[in-house]
Amino acid sequence: MSQTKQAATGAGTAEFESAVSTRKISKNYKDVEALKDLSLEFPRGQLTSLLGPSGCGKTTLLKIIAGLLEPTSGEVEVNGKKVTGPGPDRAFVFQDFALLPWATVIRNVAFGLEMRGVAKSEREAIAEKYIKDVGLAGFEQSYPHELSGGMRQRVGLARALSVDAQVLLMDEPFSAVDEQTRRKFQEDLLSLVQNENKTFIFVTHSIEEAVYVSDQIAILLPRPSRVHEIIRPSNFRDKGVGNIRRDSEYLDIVDDIWESLRTYVE
Amino acid sequence: MIVFGYRLPGMSSLLIWGILWEIIGQLKLTFFVPPLSKVVATLFDVIGTAAFQKALFETAYAFGAGVFFAIVIGIPVGILMGKNRLLDELLLPWVNVFLSAPLTALVPVLMVLFGFGMKAIIITTTLFAIWIIILNSRAGVKQINRSLVEMAHSFGASPLDAFFKIYFWAALPEILGGVRIGIIRAVKGVIIGQLLISIVGFGALFELYSANFLMSHFWAVLIVLFALAFTISEFLAYLERRVAYYAAKR
Repeated sequence: MSQTKQAATGAGTAEFESAVSTRKISKNYKDVEALKDLSLEFPRGQLTSLLGPSGCGKTTLLKIIAGLLEPTSGEVEVNGKKVTGPGPDRAFVFQDFALLPWATVIRNVAFGLEMRGVAKSEREAIAEKYIKDVGLAGFEQSYPHELSGGMRQRVGLARALSVDAQVLLMDEPFSAVDEQTRRKFQEDLLSLVQNENKTFIFVTHSIEEAVYVSDQIAILLPRPSRVHEIIRPSNFRDKGVGNIRRDSEYLDIVDDIWESLRTYVE
Repeated sequence: MIVFGYRLPGMSSLLIWGILWEIIGQLKLTFFVPPLSKVVATLFDVIGTAAFQKALFETAYAFGAGVFFAIVIGIPVGILMGKNRLLDELLLPWVNVFLSAPLTALVPVLMVLFGFGMKAIIITTTLFAIWIIILNSRAGVKQINRSLVEMAHSFGASPLDAFFKIYFWAALPEILGGVRIGIIRAVKGVIIGQLLISIVGFGALFELYSANFLMSHFWAVLIVLFALAFTISEFLAYLERRVAYYAAKR
């Protein structure tokens, strides 16, 4: 096989620089172990997917990295600094978009900047740029309920981009949009990863989506949650967005992942 | 309402009831119901008098102050109850008790505590209005989308920012509903206060007219009161419709 495989605790992590590392993260909800001793490195400037069956704790891990949840033990470091709560170095894209329904697109996009105390004219100028970048120019004064699901998630993405955080945390961002929009999003995400020098952490339950967009895929298995395998596709990334889904390595990885996950899907 | 294919303007049913009132009045079945035309004529006579304007002012003052306190205390308390479990457990039983309690029976206690003046009337008005405002604000916060709260938190919102930029707006449709019902209850509160505590304002006019069997005066003041309460309530219903565009899509 052409992809490099490594065990969760294996060597080989020194070949890239980590933007985010989690060290022996455990999270218990009363008696239930949601995460156990989970250690992962997230290479800078790349997209890492957290993939696994439902209940494997991938969203929990993402929220711990975001600082929205506190781990029971272990720690998260972002750029060498320990995470104690949400910070300006990370921005979150929500599964259900989490837009303010009473605010216009431009206010929603500028919300992160507003919370940081950026002056109105300045933050609206920045927001306008990102609204244009995500392809929503002309919708600045629209309200979320006037937009389609895909457009709403573009607003959520623009909001996360506008605060210019180095790490983008995406919690199943495309699961609430339709198939065609999702494909477009996946292509856009690839060019985003290429053009912006940001680190992406991407939670998904779609195997194809994970393999399509990721530089590194961490497969999480449940009860108790742990990293089962880390896969780094190597060959098809530069072949162009149109050719990825036909690439034999892409197809092999998708099959392999399904093999290791199928027993956990009830 | 559509009758014989014609679309009638809102509240045209009032016309039927008005005509019925006029007929019963003209039949002189009871002194208690003078014809509507006579009531309306009296209304215009009464409105100009100093006694009426003084009553209107006293009632509006007590009502306005009572509603003001009910709103500025009720909304924050309700929002905090919705956010804070401990506060909720502490206060919710009391809010429910006072919401359903016969507050009129409490008025004598208020008179002992706060005297026979305007202060006791204002407090009575507030007590009539505040509980439903608290409950509705609380309900508004309870239904808030958790990911909006997480979103604000993840972008570094301070607790004050979260309160004014997330919780308040997310709960606004329910808050307005609560304020509207609270204001209707406050009308009841202010009149009961003016009848029981000290005979001032519209309460005094009701007392005076009914004691002297001036039924058309009595009905005229009642119509004014209904009209005022209705106008305020409709204004709040209008505000509610203004936020309806996002109420269903939170």
